[in-house]
Amino acid sequence: MRKQSQVRIAVYTLIAAHAVILLGDFVAPYPYAVQNRDYSFVGPTRIHLIDRQGRFHVRPFIYGLRYRSPEDMEEGEQIFPIRFLILGSEYKLAGFLPARTHLFGVDEPARIFLLGTDQYGRDQLSRLLRGGQISLLAGFVATALSIGIGLLFGIIAGYYGRLPDEALMRLTEVFMVLPWLYLLLAVKGFLPLNLGPIRSFLLVTVVIGLVGWARPARLIRGIVLSAKERNYVIAARGFGASDLYIFRRHILPQTMTVLLTQATLLVTTYSLSEMTLSFLGLGISEPVPSWGNMLASLQQYHVLTSYWWMFAPAFPAILIFWGYYTVANSLQESGQ
Amino acid sequence: MTQFRVCHSSRTRFLKIRIAVLLIIVAVALGRDAYAQTNEELLTTKVEIGTAGGGLTVAQRVEPKTLNPVIALDVASREVIWRMMADLIHINRQSQQTEPALAKAWTISSDGRRYTLALRRGIHFSDGHPFDADDVVFSFQVYMDEKVASPQRDLLLPGGKPIVVRKIDAYTVEFQLPQPYGPAERLFDSIAILPRHILEKSYQRGSFPETWQLNSRPEQVVGLGPFRLKEYVPGTRAVLERNPYYWKADRLGKRLPYFERITFLFVGTDDARVMRFQAGETDTINRISPENYSALAKNQNGKYQLYDLGAGLEYNFLFFNLNDLGTKFPQISAKQVWFRDLNFRRAVSFAIDREAIVRLVYRGRGTPLWQPVTPGNRLWLNPAVSKPQRDLEHARALLKSSGFSWAKDGTLLAPSSEPVAFSIMVASGNAVRVSMATMIQEDLRMLGMQIHIVPLEFRTMVDRVTNTFEYEAAVMGIASGDVDLNSDMNVWLSTGSTHLWHLHELRPATAWEAEIDRLMQAQITSTEFAKRKQLFDRLQELVAENLPIICLATPNILVGAKANLGNFRPAIMEPYTLWNAEELFWR
Repeated sequence: MRKQSQVRIAVYTLIAAHAVILLGDFVAPYPYAVQNRDYSFVGPTRIHLIDRQGRFHVRPFIYGLRYRSPEDMEEGEQIFPIRFLILGSEYKLAGFLPARTHLFGVDEPARIFLLGTDQYGRDQLSRLLRGGQISLLAGFVATALSIGIGLLFGIIAGYYGRLPDEALMRLTEVFMVLPWLYLLLAVKGFLPLNLGPIRSFLLVTVVIGLVGWARPARLIRGIVLSAKERNYVIAARGFGASDLYIFRRHILPQTMTVLLTQATLLVTTYSLSEMTLSFLGLGISEPVPSWGNMLASLQQYHVLTSYWWMFAPAFPAILIFWGYYTVANSLQESGQ
Repeated sequence: MTQFRVCHSSRTRFLKIRIAVLLIIVAVALGRDAYAQTNEELLTTKVEIGTAGGGLTVAQRVEPKTLNPVIALDVASREVIWRMMADLIHINRQSQQTEPALAKAWTISSDGRRYTLALRRGIHFSDGHPFDADDVVFSFQVYMDEKVASPQRDLLLPGGKPIVVRKIDAYTVEFQLPQPYGPAERLFDSIAILPRHILEKSYQRGSFPETWQLNSRPEQVVGLGPFRLKEYVPGTRAVLERNPYYWKADRLGKRLPYFERITFLFVGTDDARVMRFQAGETDTINRISPENYSALAKNQNGKYQLYDLGAGLEYNFLFFNLNDLGTKFPQISAKQVWFRDLNFRRAVSFAIDREAIVRLVYRGRGTPLWQPVTPGNRLWLNPAVSKPQRDLEHARALLKSSGFSWAKDGTLLAPSSEPVAFSIMVASGNAVRVSMATMIQEDLRMLGMQIHIVPLEFRTMVDRVTNTFEYEAAVMGIASGDVDLNSDMNVWLSTGSTHLWHLHELRPATAWEAEIDRLMQAQITSTEFAKRKQLFDRLQELVAENLPIICLATPNILVGAKANLGNFRPAIMEPYTLWNAEELFWR
């Protein structure tokens, strides 16, 4: 019973997190690349309800920041109420709907940074949301690729056996011993310079996905091997069913649980791969954020010790990965 | 003192013995000093007189690669080695001028080609062996030997021909140069004088580059510097002890150095160096990053003092690929039409917010740059070079005058009406330069240019810049070794090996590059400071006007030391802190 509720929480968390990230541009108050150079490494903006005179405000507000030096910012006198559904910069909701409304914001010239800013004065919250889109998208694209290829090759190897089986299985072994991190480093070195950050990111993602097909392929091959000897499959074949019909009707459904379990595991693995690459400065490049390149600034000692809000991307990552693992676990158990 | 308390009854006897021992020591010391005054030509320093004893501990990020001064390239090796070595004529790191070292005096012939150096008489290597002209001749022979492959060899071949070194007598050496040499006696700085009696055998066997490695026996590593090797623990520490034969003394005639030892700890990271210093485990620190400097300043407890020495000699810059590519990379060649357009480069320069780079990247501890000479180089800076403020309107006007236009969405269009987009390559491991590139990206976006930042591993990047030419623009930096601008000759000569933006030019590609070539040829053979200053002033103007490199900013040199360290005089030239290690003492 406790397990079930845990899974339920995980599923709800995942749905909520993905919804927020999908609608990230609406939730984010600013475009992710805008540099506010007078606000370098500013901590999270404090939200007040009671002003310095002790008066209570129904609408939460912030004090505008007064710039003194890069190391020294203080709250000014002027009050800026937080406005909801405020008009701001243009964006495309979920990638295609043009819009200008943002969930919240403050009037110019004040700025609201709920998760503080980075070195260039870019809003961490806006970057975190876009970074989530990038890192998770990397996971999804790569997973779809490796599951797709794995499924195709697994079925061919398992169903037809003999030479195709031998050849494909030896190939999977080759791919499984590939040190993918070094492979990606090499790929990165060969990429043409003129690739935009998004295209070079997709390319790297595709490579991650292509390298990862071996494991799902072997798992599926095993299931197909046992499935094709089942009596109902033999019977169907006896009645003259085509290979395609048998795949669709009898074999694919058998592989579903394994595929889903694999997919939930792979999404996290591949998102993490993208984060690793970006963390090392070899994934997606500036100014486009990913959770990996956002966390990369923590490699500098002074950031690590002085600006705690730079840890922010780690928390949604942990939450989402926990969600996926919990779901994968329960899928695996229900499959058995 | 504990001794007295324990043996209270025999107090007087102990006292007598102590006084006797003390007297003997004093007598020996006096005798030795008298000996020194008659036979040794010691150099008397003019700085504050200190007290002898104690030691200094410093932390380095990594351990040296070698203890051989002739082949040492890396900072870690040089920091340790140069506490044990000495040169003939030395550049005072603080005044930036030359001063006598092992050579007590020198003359330069009127044609500027013959140098005659008078050596200090009666001085000894750290193993007690006497030093004379043979050691000097031997040292230069080794440095100039092609097989030894010293990184300093090129410096000793002005005009491509070697310097002829001749021993006149035991204490006089003559150097015949193939052509007059602009920087003159600065040539002799950082050429370590080697002990012939130790190294000649290995040199003749051809195994010189393998001698004086990290596993060498300490007594084999012999030099003329203030300290000598006592112990080397690989990966952990190097301990140097006072060289009792050192050739400098203070005004009272007391032989330097004051310290008994220097310990170098190898701690792995720059952050570890900062933490050790903050904890008081180390006594001095150099190469502090601006961020760590702020962190140290914030938590200061009065035990140490921090020094912001102002601009150093390093200049960081953006440059475009102006190489002749032939048909190799048509896509890059197409963009070179813009890069070669001076108005385009000027527009880029006008759009870059250098003040913001200093503020955000160096946390305010740096200086914006418009020329390849930093304000730290007091001798050679041309203050007349114009320093235009950021001006996007002017940048747009420049682009317009070259036929660039803007699309409706603000994208900059080239005269051929394609959108202006190019990549900036940067070393992925260098956080400072990656930050600069990120800021330039945003600045140029304001002009409608779309910039891709390509962080690459450093060696891959250097390979693209110097071999394959497969890049469009890059952010790099050069840290000059000496204030004399001759040290950057290779950057400016159109045939130079670090003429980064356009390598292997058969003929100067532009009129201003031809002029720079002429300036360089004139400065190397001129020995008059005023004349050379004029030539280098013109160089700075030409670079600022024609922008083969668009200078960005220079970081301040940031160092620290315990507050009670006497004679601590940090400088903006390497090694910043321990260059006068022999004069340091504890107050």
